[in-house]
Amino acid sequence: MTAAIEARDLTRFYELGRGPFRKAATVRALVGASFRLEPGRTLAVVGESGCGKSTLARVVTMIEPPTEGALTIAGIDAAHPARADVKALRQAVQIVFQDPYGSLNPRQRIGAILEEPLVINSDDDAATRRGKALEMLAKVGLRPEHYDRYPHMFSGGQRQRIAIARALMTRPKVLVLDEPVSALDVSIQAQVLNILTDLQDEFDLAYLFISHDLSVVRHMADEVMVMYLGRPVEEAARAEIFARPRHPYTRALLSATPVADPGARKERIRLSGELPSPLAPPPGCAFHPRCPFATTAAGRNCRSCAMWRELLASPATGWRRGGCRRDGRRPLVPAGCALTAR
Amino acid sequence: MPLLEIVNLTVEFMTAGGRFRAVDSVSLTCDAGDVLAVVGESGSGKSVSMLALMGLLPWTAKVTADRMAFDGTDLAGLSARQRRRIIGRDMAMIFQEPMSSLNPCFTVGFQIGEALRIHLGMDRAARRRRTLELLDLVGIPAPEARISAFPHQLSGGMSQRVMIAMAIACNPKLLIADEPTTALDVTIQAQILDLLVRLQAEKGMGLVLITHDMGVVAETAQRVQVQYAGQKVEEQAVSGLFADPHHPYTAALLAALPERATTRRLPSIRGVVPGQFDRPAGCLFSPRCRYATDRCRDKVPHRQGALAGQALCHYPLVAGRPVGHPNPDRIANAEVPA
Repeated sequence: MTAAIEARDLTRFYELGRGPFRKAATVRALVGASFRLEPGRTLAVVGESGCGKSTLARVVTMIEPPTEGALTIAGIDAAHPARADVKALRQAVQIVFQDPYGSLNPRQRIGAILEEPLVINSDDDAATRRGKALEMLAKVGLRPEHYDRYPHMFSGGQRQRIAIARALMTRPKVLVLDEPVSALDVSIQAQVLNILTDLQDEFDLAYLFISHDLSVVRHMADEVMVMYLGRPVEEAARAEIFARPRHPYTRALLSATPVADPGARKERIRLSGELPSPLAPPPGCAFHPRCPFATTAAGRNCRSCAMWRELLASPATGWRRGGCRRDGRRPLVPAGCALTAR
Repeated sequence: MPLLEIVNLTVEFMTAGGRFRAVDSVSLTCDAGDVLAVVGESGSGKSVSMLALMGLLPWTAKVTADRMAFDGTDLAGLSARQRRRIIGRDMAMIFQEPMSSLNPCFTVGFQIGEALRIHLGMDRAARRRRTLELLDLVGIPAPEARISAFPHQLSGGMSQRVMIAMAIACNPKLLIADEPTTALDVTIQAQILDLLVRLQAEKGMGLVLITHDMGVVAETAQRVQVQYAGQKVEEQAVSGLFADPHHPYTAALLAALPERATTRRLPSIRGVVPGQFDRPAGCLFSPRCRYATDRCRDKVPHRQGALAGQALCHYPLVAGRPVGHPNPDRIANAEVPA
């Protein structure tokens, strides 16, 4: 079976002009992201702001081309698409944005919003388009009379349903969900997550689910990729990453997430400091200035560690790729590292 | 006598479509050394009730309360000038958006010093000393360098630390934190919550924490009050609230959290929070409640006792079963439509 998305070493740099007398700086927004996403599965991308999750979403939806790396969507090369393939690719990948208040045109009726992808991408006549739009409205839990209304007449949760319906109009294979529920209240969030679950089962969709909320990720994802400063630092199956996080950053992220259970006392890994500027990433392991386990001991110096890159590019991907190796020998899991001793 | 005592606070806004009641008879008490969390979804009136307490609402708001006392002083009877002597000194507030709450035109040092100058009458040298001490206290590295920084030079987490430094500058007795970490990343959120709880314990302050995040409540608060559509629907100690919620709304809210889910589909709450024009006649939660009967739809519920978490409900839940409900089993096992 062909993968819905296959990405190898996806990289995206931005040139940042700093006035006429200084050289343009390079922001390494996304460095070396590799993953494979099968139809009907969900890959969650987790990380804090500035970690490159939204850049990844923009590259995968072909809003921007990757600077380097290979991207294949439904078996078609999307990094350097042939002219004939572009239309098919655009239909195959759709995106739902975070802010349901900003992503719908306030001057269009819901019907027009839903039909626009069909007007551009298909030869359907008006009656067929209307039928498909009404059918999709029902699938996301809205009523036929909503067809003639404007976006301002809807609540945040309903708007996000409309955004999902619009994304599904071209029957895509991949849906990129960029923080789809983070602007919604808990009770509404549950409704939208349920709709996403149902739609995935119905259309065999592959979700690239971008979120900073680990409890939502834990509920939705099959696989999880944790990113830090543009780099994927750990990638594993959901159960693995929540039960046995290997990378110090993953651990810190898990321990910092508040748990809705007052009885749960847990180890808190305190991260000092803040995210470094992506203009000047630290040398070696990008995480080492904040890492509680960082060391400069001979042979395992985090300041000169280039392991994350080697590990992610290595063919021995197996069940897990982790970007930290405090031990000098083992390629996959830092055996001598204090982190794995538990 | 509690540090802060609010009895039956009601806030109404004059809107083009008539009066809108944003806060409906909310009572609240907070003692020195207490951490009280006020939880609710957007539109539940949690921020507005605290803004009313601070006197920060616009003139379109009509604030009425049976009693609104802070440290023995009745705030309702004070003139604006008298109220300003208390606010910012004995009672301080931290706002949700740290980036937009600081004045972009002045340095961090000036903005912290302003409270010290006005409330404590400190001279320039004393202000500088105290500001450096405060910046150090809230964990800002290199305070000497940061004191002359402008807000745009700081990250969100740093700005929120400055806001906290400003709020605790005059050693307040009560600190109100309105969604202090909502705009921040989780690792920064953990740092800020640790800081707030540490300061609260060190200084013995009362802390009112407004939030929508049940995880934050569980990790920081001692007592919780749940609000829905402007009403207080339940109040309990934090362990009791998570173990045995008494109001169906609290129970449904907890069940809807993805981390508590046991099935692939989440038990969601159908419908949305009622707005200005579709407020139900009886219980405000009745259109979304799985236990609602005709009595709920027609009659406004009265408040239950402390044993039932002061739930505003006809049939408060005890161990997950609605007490006094005509048909508890059938309803409790029924599938809730999405």
